[in-house]
Amino acid sequence: MLDNLSLRLAKVVKTLRGQARLTEDNISDMLREVRMALLEADVALPVVKKFIARVKEKAVGHEVIGSLTPGQALVGVVHRELTELMGGASTGLNLATQPPAVILMAGLQGSGKTTSTAKLGKWLKERQKKKVLVVSCDVYRPAAIEQLKTVASQAGIDFYPSEVGQKPADIAAAALDFARKHYHDVLFVDTAGRLAIDQAMMAEITELHALLKPIETLFVVDAMLGQDAVNTAKAFNEALPLTGVILTKLDGDARGGAALSVRHVTGKPIKFAGVGEKLAGLEEFHPERMASRILGMGDILGLVEEAQRGVDQDKAQAFANKIKSGKSFDLNDFKEQIGQMRKMGGMASMLDKLPAQFAQVAQQAGGGMEDKTIGRIEGIINSMTPLERSKPEILKASRKRRIALGAGVSVQEVNRLLKQFEQTQQVMKQFAKGGMQKMLRGMRGMMPGLR
Amino acid sequence: MFGFLKKNATAATAAELPASRPSWTERLKAGLTRTRSQLTGLFRRGKIDDELLEELEATLLMADVGLEASRFLLDDLRRRVKNGKLETPAELQAALADALEQLLRPLEIPLDTTTHKPFVIMLAGVNGAGKTTSIGKLAKHFQAQGKSVLLAAGDTFRAAAREQLIAWGDRNQVAVIAQASGDPAAVVFDAINAAKARNIDIVLADTAGRLPTQLHLMEEIAKVKRVIQKVDPTAPHEVLLVLDANIGQNALTQVTAFDKAIGVTGLVVTKLDGTAKGGVIAAIARQRHGQPPLALRFIGVGEGIDDLQPFVAREFVAALFDS
Repeated sequence: MLDNLSLRLAKVVKTLRGQARLTEDNISDMLREVRMALLEADVALPVVKKFIARVKEKAVGHEVIGSLTPGQALVGVVHRELTELMGGASTGLNLATQPPAVILMAGLQGSGKTTSTAKLGKWLKERQKKKVLVVSCDVYRPAAIEQLKTVASQAGIDFYPSEVGQKPADIAAAALDFARKHYHDVLFVDTAGRLAIDQAMMAEITELHALLKPIETLFVVDAMLGQDAVNTAKAFNEALPLTGVILTKLDGDARGGAALSVRHVTGKPIKFAGVGEKLAGLEEFHPERMASRILGMGDILGLVEEAQRGVDQDKAQAFANKIKSGKSFDLNDFKEQIGQMRKMGGMASMLDKLPAQFAQVAQQAGGGMEDKTIGRIEGIINSMTPLERSKPEILKASRKRRIALGAGVSVQEVNRLLKQFEQTQQVMKQFAKGGMQKMLRGMRGMMPGLR
Repeated sequence: MFGFLKKNATAATAAELPASRPSWTERLKAGLTRTRSQLTGLFRRGKIDDELLEELEATLLMADVGLEASRFLLDDLRRRVKNGKLETPAELQAALADALEQLLRPLEIPLDTTTHKPFVIMLAGVNGAGKTTSIGKLAKHFQAQGKSVLLAAGDTFRAAAREQLIAWGDRNQVAVIAQASGDPAAVVFDAINAAKARNIDIVLADTAGRLPTQLHLMEEIAKVKRVIQKVDPTAPHEVLLVLDANIGQNALTQVTAFDKAIGVTGLVVTKLDGTAKGGVIAAIARQRHGQPPLALRFIGVGEGIDDLQPFVAREFVAALFDS
């Protein structure tokens, strides 16, 4: 996953040293690389073409300032343009109407409409204290209504029951009536997945739209969608007056070029992004972060958020207190840390979120920390007695031999682990003494571009 | 090697030539209408020039063929144009169809379910790829061949996935083994034992959708496979990865990741009737070039229960070019 734009450009940039400004000549090679990187990220070809033309226009004549190389300057332009193309600032839901505010969900099969409905319902209930009702008009797919019922109860929102034999329009009308009578603030209408070329199904959803007059019509789209995203989005946009887009499955490792295509074609803002299969996995969409991700510039903010999600808050607090109170960091804590790293999706997925240059360095330097090695470390620690774990200094030759035998590794590996642990212990001691400030100062030397 | 495959392929098509065939070809054609109209429109031009080749590249890219495979196909064509072997756009079209078929043919390996009993098929894929729906259609397909089928509701995570599979089971009159909740591996374990007891030919094991980046879920599915091997050391006899044809180049990542975790032996490509494409099939073929080919067992071109059929490279390419 490292053959991204930043690296590609770095290659071309070598031939470009010492240029004071970007000209049409010297950026043409780089633009070719941009084009290929975007295509690899599944951005639709027509969008890529238009985009390249825009970047060229903006970049030519651009001064290369200060410590930037021409390549960096161009990446800067591309990044700004990408952000711009995805709508600049993030926009929320518009619920300013006489309640119930109706939200219609539309999209292809398997794009994640039902899950997104529940996620969004939960989000509105918890963040904005809305009373939410959901109803399913999917009378086609087996057990679709059942699915919405289950996720709605998990999300703690109200569900209006419907039957397979009913007509979608009748269901919607009845649900709207119910929502009015029971003072719901928001009504979500989940629909069956449909292909944009299926005219009968598109007519059905147009009818639903006319009946419900929803204040928000959200198009649910899979972030992994390929080149066809443009056609799909266009067809849906023509049939329905969409007001926004929800991008789902963004936690996959797709670069999410579909986001760019969809926004470009429909001109409608991407309002939310779905991440993870849990009902809490919904975020407001940030164009700038997405731009960084498409460019492979790393998503540090996303990494921090993921860390927050994956880490058990109580445990982390207890751990921080322990370190602060001056108690030593022992092998139990070390194992705990490894376990948490695992929860965050392992080393590989963390490296993926780091900026490309840094990730490469990290991989070369700490290449030993593969996920397999992590498992082995856990095995070694598990072979120790509780006493040994809390007082590693008592480990001498005979104990080490026993541990190595128990974990099925060699004594050298036990030694290596102990050394690693000692290093971590040192860092922790510093942390306890000087706190975060000092640590960051130490890190600055290691991370390029962090000033 | 190619000769062997060719023979195998013709034998398979000959064997499956009952009356329903033409309608399937028609459906396949109908499903690929959009891609075809883009492709063939290009070849009505007067002569071959750089502009035509460039547009051809664009068309391939837009069909999700991907950079690597498009370049591979076009380099081949450019070389032939240069050598003067190709003169008219019609010849170019034929050459492209030929190159595409060559690229895709190694994927065409029909599934032989007679080797074991019960023949255990495990399905995996990302969320929303169409696993459960494919199982429903596959059950029908195998029943039509006179086999007895049992379904295992291994998707214990997603709400109502079990009910969805049970509904498919009712439609096809097939027994479904399900548990109220719990471990997917346990459900599949039960199902295989039940199949042995009931003398069933084929077990289709559903699993929950998962993105390859979620390592704990990838470990979970690897466990399902290990548990299957406990009941029957030779099983699963087929590990099918279900891919949504609308997915772009991420499909390659999915193939690699799932292959690493559970050793994928075959692919099912669904939703080919969407406005697209399926160019990603070519990208996959190209990626596996030089490695043992990954069989593309079935393709789905519609919502109907019999719209999932074995993949035949020649039919597919013919449907693309309308020849």
